[in-house]
Amino acid sequence: MFCEKAHVLIKELSRNRDALPPYNTDLLNEINTEVKQLITQNQEDAQISEDSRVMNHASYLPTVKIRHAAIKRNIRCILAYHYNRLKCLRNMRWQFGSILPPDVKSNLSQSEIEWFSKYSSNLVQYMRSIGDEGINLAVDLKPPKSLYIEVRCLTDYGQFELNDGSVLLLKENSRHYLPRSECEELIRQGVLEHVV
Amino acid sequence: MPLQTSYFPDYFSVDDILATQEKIPCKFIQNVPKLGKLNPATEDPDLQSGTVLEMPLWLVLEASLMRQPIVTADLPKVYKDAYLEILKADPCAVDLHKFGVYFYELGSYMKQFGQNDDIAKTLLHTFTLRFRQIMDLSDNVISDPNVIQKLDALEKSLYESGHDAKMKLFSWLKMSEIPLEAATMVTNHKKRKRVDEDLF
Repeated sequence: MFCEKAHVLIKELSRNRDALPPYNTDLLNEINTEVKQLITQNQEDAQISEDSRVMNHASYLPTVKIRHAAIKRNIRCILAYHYNRLKCLRNMRWQFGSILPPDVKSNLSQSEIEWFSKYSSNLVQYMRSIGDEGINLAVDLKPPKSLYIEVRCLTDYGQFELNDGSVLLLKENSRHYLPRSECEELIRQGVLEHVV
Repeated sequence: MPLQTSYFPDYFSVDDILATQEKIPCKFIQNVPKLGKLNPATEDPDLQSGTVLEMPLWLVLEASLMRQPIVTADLPKVYKDAYLEILKADPCAVDLHKFGVYFYELGSYMKQFGQNDDIAKTLLHTFTLRFRQIMDLSDNVISDPNVIQKLDALEKSLYESGHDAKMKLFSWLKMSEIPLEAATMVTNHKKRKRVDEDLF
């Protein structure tokens, strides 16, 4: 049956809607081979029916059409695979920030890593161009009520320098009272937890 | 922002690709040389006209909607009159998940193979009546998981976004200080990591 492998690829995508499984190079290669095979077979058969049009030979036209449909389907699946992975990667830029966790990064292909760093630098450039000093669009997603908030540290993050120059040590389970604008990003990344 | 799903037959839509992978019965009306391997029942290298096979929808769509069709499509049994009668009688009592995970998507492709517009009408009727039930479900914070299992993919995504909107409304109505939260992907990533660590 045609396109079985492409179907496996898409099923893998639909099982992991908001996470990226490892880039499936093996399967993509196999699909590539299948498409190439179909193309050569089609060319051969098209040549034969072209040659034997004068004689009343069995037409290969339906065969070629069905194979062509399979080629189109394979290509659609491959494109959809890459497109949806990029969409997921784009969301990750907004949620994890510009540095991905190492285990996520190891699941990406080389070109996806390049794309991510290009997207990231484009985004930074855009955010810097807004207004006079630039705006970080990834913070202040919820309207602030107070300047300072209480946070609890969830991991051993290490030293953290505030804008006024003071340095504090973020250790697991330590509590701090910090300016909201400075710790919002760490909360988004899951290092700190907001205590209400 | 989870991975967006689209129900519009968009070229990249995962749901549309999965829906068009469903197999539907069809009959070959032309000889197709060399493709005998599509029919597991014979060893004949050619596919004879008159063979009845179950083919994925994408192939049937390509091969039947042309000037000289290679195959003619038949309806899967859930879109035949007997099943449509069940849906007309009481759509809310039906386990639509068992009818097919992509019941509506597949149905909207199937309607062009039906003799009359009965399928389209029944799909609309089913959806309108079941939609109320989904609204009720998503309004109730605690809901019965058994009922949710009876929804097809489209209904499930409607239920989830409805439920999400309801929760957002609640937290807005409370108007208390909204706590800052880690991004959803970050939390999910942490949970997954914890499971992985438990395994080893």
